[in-house]
Amino acid sequence: MAEPVLQLRDVSLSFKGIKALNALSFNVERGEICALIGPNGAGKSSLLNIINGVYRADSGSITFNGEQFVRIRPARAAHLGVGRTFQHNALFRHLSVLDNVLAGLIRHCRATIVEHAFGIGRDRREAREFNRRVDEIVAFLDLTKHRDKVVATLPYGVQKRVDLARALVGGPSLLLLDEPMAGMNQDEKQEMSGFILETNTRLRTSIVLIEHDMSVVMGLSHHVVVLDYGRKVGDGSPEQVRRNPDVIAAYLGTAH
Amino acid sequence: MSFFVETLVGGLLAGVMYSLVAIGFVLVFKASGVFNFAQGSMVLCAALTFVTLRDKGLDFWLAALITLSVMVVLGIAVERVVLRPLVNRPQITLFMATLGVSFMIEGVAQIAMGASVHELDLGIVDTPIEIGGVQVSQFDLAAAGTAGILVIALSIFFNKTRIGIALRAIADDPQAALSIGIRLQTLWQIVWGVAGFVSLVAGLLWGARQGVQFALTLVVLKALPVLIIGGFTSMAGAIVGGLIVGAGDSLAEIYLGSLLGGSVSTWFAYVLAVAFLLVRPAGLFGEAPIERI
Repeated sequence: MAEPVLQLRDVSLSFKGIKALNALSFNVERGEICALIGPNGAGKSSLLNIINGVYRADSGSITFNGEQFVRIRPARAAHLGVGRTFQHNALFRHLSVLDNVLAGLIRHCRATIVEHAFGIGRDRREAREFNRRVDEIVAFLDLTKHRDKVVATLPYGVQKRVDLARALVGGPSLLLLDEPMAGMNQDEKQEMSGFILETNTRLRTSIVLIEHDMSVVMGLSHHVVVLDYGRKVGDGSPEQVRRNPDVIAAYLGTAH
Repeated sequence: MSFFVETLVGGLLAGVMYSLVAIGFVLVFKASGVFNFAQGSMVLCAALTFVTLRDKGLDFWLAALITLSVMVVLGIAVERVVLRPLVNRPQITLFMATLGVSFMIEGVAQIAMGASVHELDLGIVDTPIEIGGVQVSQFDLAAAGTAGILVIALSIFFNKTRIGIALRAIADDPQAALSIGIRLQTLWQIVWGVAGFVSLVAGLLWGARQGVQFALTLVVLKALPVLIIGGFTSMAGAIVGGLIVGAGDSLAEIYLGSLLGGSVSTWFAYVLAVAFLLVRPAGLFGEAPIERI
C-alpha cells in the first residue's frame, strides 16, 4: 500500500497540566475516510487543531504527505494541502457564497499586487482559472442557486456546505471535517453524507471526520479511530471497532 | 431658509473632512482590531513631508509621489516593528502602542522638519461659488469630491479584488482565514500601507485648509465622535458619521451658539457621540459584538 497521507506518532497536548492528548499514534491512509469518534472532551477537535496548526503539540511528530513536523502554522498547513471545516460555521458572514469560496483559493495567487491592480500579466489567466474552479465546486455541492447570496442569510445546512466548498476549492489532499452534520435533520445528514462520499470518490480527497451519529460514521468511513480522555482506545475498520470491548465501554455502550 | 441651507451644506462639506480621517481608522480597525491612535500623527506627517518637499522646490506630483512612498513605508513599518510583536495581546496594549507610535512620529517629524507653521497651497481657489442660490466654498467642494473618489476607489478595492476579499475575510473570521491559507501579516501590511495613503489625502486637504502645524494631530479627536456615531467597522459609517458631525456642528454653532454664548462646535460633536453611545453603542453601521456564553 502507498504511504499514508497522514501519520501521527506519540502526539501529546496539554492545557495547563490537563492532558488533552496522550501519546496518540495512528495513520490515515491515502484515499480513505477516517472517522474520529469518542465522548465529548475526548480530544477530537484538539487533534484536528493540531493537524492544521491552530494548536501546537507538546511533543510527538506528524508526517503529512511525506513532510514531517511537530508544529506548523495554519497558513502553512493550508499551503501543504490540509483543508478543514469548523464545528461552528466559521464562515465569512458578510461575504457572498462565491466570495467565501473564492477566499479558499487566495493562497494560490501568484500574480503580484501590481499585476492584480492593473489586470495584466498572470492576473487575467489566474482570475479565469479561479472563477472556473469556484464555479465547479459551487456546482458540485449544489450551491449554484445560492451563489450570490450573503452567507449570513442562508440556512444553517446550506452554510455547512459553503464551509465544505471553501475548504475543497483549493484542492486539499487531506480534508478535516469537524462535525459537518451537527444540528442537521435526517434528510440534511443524508445529503451531506452524499457530498462527503462524492468528495472522497470523485475528487479522491482523504478525509478525517469527527461525527457523533454512529449510523453516519459506520456507513461512511473505511477506518475508525476511537479516543477517550486523550488516549486511543480503538483503531480499525468500523466492524472491528464495533466489536472492541474497550470501545463499547468507553463510548458505544454508554447512554448518550 | 437659504441661510439654513447654506449652513447645512457648509457643515456637510466640512464633515467630509472628518470622514477622511475616520476612514483611516476604520481601515485598520476592521482588518486588525487595532484602534490606531497614530492616525492623526500620520496625517500630520504626510502634510509636513509634502510641504517640506514643496518648499525645497519640488514639483507637485513628484512631492506627492515621494510623500506617498514615505507614508506607505511608514504604515508598513509600524505594522512590522510595533504591532506584529504584540499580536494576540489585549486591545488596550495595542492601543497604547499606537499612542507611543504617535509620539514617535511627531517627535521625529519635529526634529527632521521643524515645528514652524507652513502654508500649503494645493492650487485650489477658495472663493465661494453660487449653486442654486447657495454659496458654497470651492475648496470644500473639491475636498468632498476627492473624498468621494477615494471612497469609490476603496470600495472597488475591497469588493472587487482578491486582496479586498481576503481583507474582508480576515475581518469576519481571522481563524478561518488562516485555515484557508490567507497570510494575515502580509495583508495587515497592505492595510497599513493603504492607511498611509489615506493619511496622505487627509493630510493634504487638512493641511491646505488649516495650515500645516502640529495641531493637525488633533483631528483625531474630531474623528472620534465620527467613529462613535458611524461605527468603528464601517466605511459607510465613517462617511455618514462625518456628515452628521459636520452638519450638527455648524447648525448648532449658528442656532444654539447665540443662546449658549458661542463656541458650541467645540463640544457639540462629543455630546452627540455620548447620545449615540446611550442609544446605539455600536454606532449606526457598526456591528454589535456577539459573545458566546
